[in-house]
Amino acid sequence: MNLAKTFSKGIINENPLFRLMLGMCPALAITTSVENGIGMGMAFTAVLLASNIVVSLLRKVIPDSIRIPCFIVVIASFVTITEMVMHAYAPALFESLGIFIPLIVVNCIILGRAEAFASKNGLVPSVMDALGMGLGYTLALVTVSAVREVLGAGTFLGIPIVGLIDNPALVMILPPGGFIALGCILALLNKMQQKKAQSN
Amino acid sequence: MRDISIIVISAVLINNIVLSQFLGICPFLGVSKKVSSAVGMGLAVTFVLTFAGMITWFVQQFVLIPLEIEYLQTIAFILVIASLVQFVEMVVKKTSPDLYKALGVYLPLITTNCAVLGVSILNIQKTYGFLDSVVNSFANAIGFTLALVLMAGIRERLEDADIPASLKGLPISLITAALMSIAFMGFTGLI
Repeated sequence: MNLAKTFSKGIINENPLFRLMLGMCPALAITTSVENGIGMGMAFTAVLLASNIVVSLLRKVIPDSIRIPCFIVVIASFVTITEMVMHAYAPALFESLGIFIPLIVVNCIILGRAEAFASKNGLVPSVMDALGMGLGYTLALVTVSAVREVLGAGTFLGIPIVGLIDNPALVMILPPGGFIALGCILALLNKMQQKKAQSN
Repeated sequence: MRDISIIVISAVLINNIVLSQFLGICPFLGVSKKVSSAVGMGLAVTFVLTFAGMITWFVQQFVLIPLEIEYLQTIAFILVIASLVQFVEMVVKKTSPDLYKALGVYLPLITTNCAVLGVSILNIQKTYGFLDSVVNSFANAIGFTLALVLMAGIRERLEDADIPASLKGLPISLITAALMSIAFMGFTGLI
């Protein structure tokens, strides 16, 4: 597999959220505004990139039988660093993402990539894999949060959309809206895939 | 006593951990196909979450704060939870083979259940005392079990329903969860 493919597979074919159904908790919880979606996506990508680099460099040092605890310690360290950096430089975002920053530790995607990819591949492919997966997850978060923010608050990135702001459907930015938005997006993707399969 | 009942009602119904706080979504969607497995998973989570609430409180108060290394909270807690899950698995296997058979498959999954780490961190953030932390953890676990079992009950019936092809599987489950979440919002005025 070449590098470009390693990078691009995370964006569409193996999109972590829409295709692999991983990392659902933050995708439902923090997607109330596009800004949150982008912030979460960037924090996630930073942790994934750092953990993939370290795991791939240490893949010959870590004994096989205790690899999972080792991966978790690596991931948890980078999550702590990210948390402190965000607290210092982006306090507003830190407040609104709240508990979901430390919870990046238990995001199955990061542990999954460490186990399935970085522990078996060299540095450069692991970096490309992390960037692709991170970008794919960020795009997915932005999609969900765009639907929720536009319908629920009548704004996009905080900019009001004329014609929608008067009576936004508040439910979309409340907890049920997360389930509705993600459910409908997944159904739409299924529909598109079926169409594609039929026309082939 | 009044405080404790408020914590319980709020954790089980009003701020239900799955339906309004979005913690533990993966097992909620993954293990809710049959009521019997939902009950097993709920029991296992209740077990681990209550103990995790207890132990992480002690770790925070007697290790992290005295040594002034609160910033290591995430690492410390995830390690505590991972070893706790391993430990519970061993104890249950030795003392009660029947319970082990019932919970066996679900126990290892709990380490990556964000509900456990999430509630442990929230307990500290809300500056709960020891008793409050334990009660809050237990009540959140009950809330998780409630949502999981209800969802499994609905999904068992969905099997027979005539669902449009593109909604089959995860999308319809998410929309079901949305309706449940709307129903649980009705509890908001309870306290």
